[in-house]
Amino acid sequence: MSFKSPRIVITGVGLTAPNGNTLSEFRQNLLNGVGGIEKKEIRYMGELLAGVCHYDALKYQTKKELRVGTRAGSVSIYCAREAVTDSKIDFANFPKDRIGIYVGTTEHGNVETENEIYAISKFNYDTKYWSHYHNPRTVSNNPAGEVSLNLGITGPAYTIGAACAAGNMGLIHATQMLRLGEVDLAICGGVSESIHTFGIYAGFKSQNALATHADPLKASRPFDKARNGIVISEGGALYTLERLDDALARGAKIYGEIGGYCVNSDASDYVLPNPGRQAECVRKALANANLAPHDIHIVNTHATATPMGDIQECEAIRAVFGENCPDTYINNTKSYIGHCMGAAGALELAGNLPSFDDLIVHPTINVDDLDPQCALPGLVINHPKKVGRVDAILNNSFGMLGINSTLIVKRYVA
Amino acid sequence: MTKDETKQVVLEIIADIAPDEDISNLKSDVRLRDQMQLDSMDFLDIVMELRKRHNIEVPEADYPQLASLDSCADYLTPKFEALGK
Repeated sequence: MSFKSPRIVITGVGLTAPNGNTLSEFRQNLLNGVGGIEKKEIRYMGELLAGVCHYDALKYQTKKELRVGTRAGSVSIYCAREAVTDSKIDFANFPKDRIGIYVGTTEHGNVETENEIYAISKFNYDTKYWSHYHNPRTVSNNPAGEVSLNLGITGPAYTIGAACAAGNMGLIHATQMLRLGEVDLAICGGVSESIHTFGIYAGFKSQNALATHADPLKASRPFDKARNGIVISEGGALYTLERLDDALARGAKIYGEIGGYCVNSDASDYVLPNPGRQAECVRKALANANLAPHDIHIVNTHATATPMGDIQECEAIRAVFGENCPDTYINNTKSYIGHCMGAAGALELAGNLPSFDDLIVHPTINVDDLDPQCALPGLVINHPKKVGRVDAILNNSFGMLGINSTLIVKRYVA
Repeated sequence: MTKDETKQVVLEIIADIAPDEDISNLKSDVRLRDQMQLDSMDFLDIVMELRKRHNIEVPEADYPQLASLDSCADYLTPKFEALGK
């Protein structure tokens, strides 16, 4: 049986990051070295570091929707509405049952559960004070469901739980659903509300994986010798994806084409990464895209600034791109915005998409003293780099329980 | 507590659970749901806030008593008085 897989393209981008609430603002800050980490009071723990988004939540939601819904839902709604607007699709007349919403999340429900337990602690833990909103707020599909309610979308709307590989997974799953013909338009990517749960902070702290630094903007420093852990952030990036024929038929702006992808599993540890499996994931994505390593011009790393994790990812990247890749440049976005968890892969891809047009690779910042074990050829440090061509971007996102995702986006060529 | 004071208590709760609504001209004798966007979850909010803020329990069988501001006042004022308020 022969099956010509439909080509899938990105036609809209909506995002909120700790350093920008539109793609252009985000991109400009990545080129200007402007990060977005600040101090935040975390329940039970005191003042810690966080990447906080400052988007206008009331732009697309009523006060009541904000009161009833969740932060992840709100981030999702903002990003979805921005993406739909950006796509310039005739949304009012688009069949709402043919739209799919696929939102990657690292976790969901921690925030609301912690809030409720804290609330009933004021009532001697009497559960009759437990909110009737707890269940709709904590069901796993909440962020996608809130988008469906807000936009009146009646097609499939659900989340994809994939730890910190989830942002890529939203796009990958949407690609699959569009190719299967399940939907005609996908709103997809990843979101995170994790800065609002002390449990994530306390968990990373117990793992000795939480970054500390006197200057919040210097705290997230992948590949630097003085890196000491993760800065937790919230954020979101959702895209509109369409089959190429549909996008061309309506004259859509095309940001890029899904080139290939891979999702695999380490099957080796709950938290420790596995460079061999990461390299395998990258190689399989390349094969899926029918590209060689030297065809990739930007590799956006997952590196979270943990002492070992960065080295292990560098090992994986070196194994694939270490030789004969003179035009492959490597960067990292977490140095600006921290680790946006479920949003990370989707946001980091967004930050690099404009490179197809401006041919600039944004650097990874905060590298004052490069760790020799992270000194990859092609690593773009502290200053943007103008390059000759950008035809393919490879985006890595890895997560706990050993889930790896690699997504390749190509320049659209007719 | 007077019935007007009871209505004020209920209005304060409604202002919090329906922050987009203009509640300055609510008619006391008309069902709240006929005057504003109020769904069943919002209604449970009123019950929960009466419990949290004022230690007043409204059994499910009595929910119809909270239909309008007047009926709220009739039903809740004796409960406030029983609590010495």
